[in-house]
Amino acid sequence: MSYTLGQKQLDTIEGVLQQDLIDIGVRCVFLIDMAGNIIANRDNGKIKHDVYSLAALAAGNFGAVSAMAKIIGEGEFSLLFHKGKKENIHFNKIISDFLLITIFSNDISLGFLRLKVNEAVEKIKQVLETINVP
Amino acid sequence: MAFINPKKKEVQVKIVYYGPGRGGKTTNLEYIYKKFRERIKTEMVTIKTHGDRTLFFDFLPFDIGKVNGYDIKIQLYTVPGQVKYNATRRLVLRGADGIVFVADAMAVRREKNILSLKNLQENLANYKKSIFKIPIVLQYNKIDLAEQGIPLLPINTLEEDLNDKLKTPSFKASALVGTNVVATMKKIISMTISSIIKELR
Repeated sequence: MSYTLGQKQLDTIEGVLQQDLIDIGVRCVFLIDMAGNIIANRDNGKIKHDVYSLAALAAGNFGAVSAMAKIIGEGEFSLLFHKGKKENIHFNKIISDFLLITIFSNDISLGFLRLKVNEAVEKIKQVLETINVP
Repeated sequence: MAFINPKKKEVQVKIVYYGPGRGGKTTNLEYIYKKFRERIKTEMVTIKTHGDRTLFFDFLPFDIGKVNGYDIKIQLYTVPGQVKYNATRRLVLRGADGIVFVADAMAVRREKNILSLKNLQENLANYKKSIFKIPIVLQYNKIDLAEQGIPLLPINTLEEDLNDKLKTPSFKASALVGTNVVATMKKIISMTISSIIKELR
């Protein structure tokens, strides 16, 4: 029932989060599983969010939206986006068990962010596909 | 589905408080939050309806220190107890490593306890988990009501109804007053951690 990732795999994932997302101006990014556990997180050093609560709520939120998708005959909604006045949150599913959550300000356009998230997702997918999640 | 992070030397463990509606699951978490306020760095998260009933879940992260050099991060969750919220209940149960079943000791709630335990078994089966294999502790809550003359179920009836097949540790408790709330939590944490350690060997 438990699972783990090796030091090398975690380094790779954190490297991707840093280079593809934080370095382009994203404030905070974290990779979680659907149980609400945090696999990796990175931020720009200026903010201090309660990432454990965010992860629990994000997993619940994504689960609720997936259940809605099934009711209307969609398999799933693979990405979600919440827009605020200053801060925005973007959720992207990675294979069946993981979510990449990005918090960013209006300095970055949604289109550019989605492009960079997609690139990061492809790289992270290769790492996650090597492990067995029960 | 505990996640073990060798880089941060950290283990994240998910424990879910399950049971019938108005049984005291949220009150358990509120008591723990109050009692260990100085050790819990963050706010307790609750998603409630207007009538103070849990709509989605409550969430309380809790650090208990190190085991074998690893920081243990316990994440306590509650589910909504009301029958109609089964879809959300199932979502919260995803990836649970340990369960506290909070039964309502009031005589009028006998049937509700039994149905809720059956519902737990079904929802676990949905994730291909067996109620007989997952670490689980029973809590017979609201024993303080006896003082007010409210009829309670005798402990042996509760044991027969709920613990006959499970044969797992159980506690008489009062979440409101705090009786055995911490004892229940300590028991489920130690059972869950030893199950994770056993699994890793």
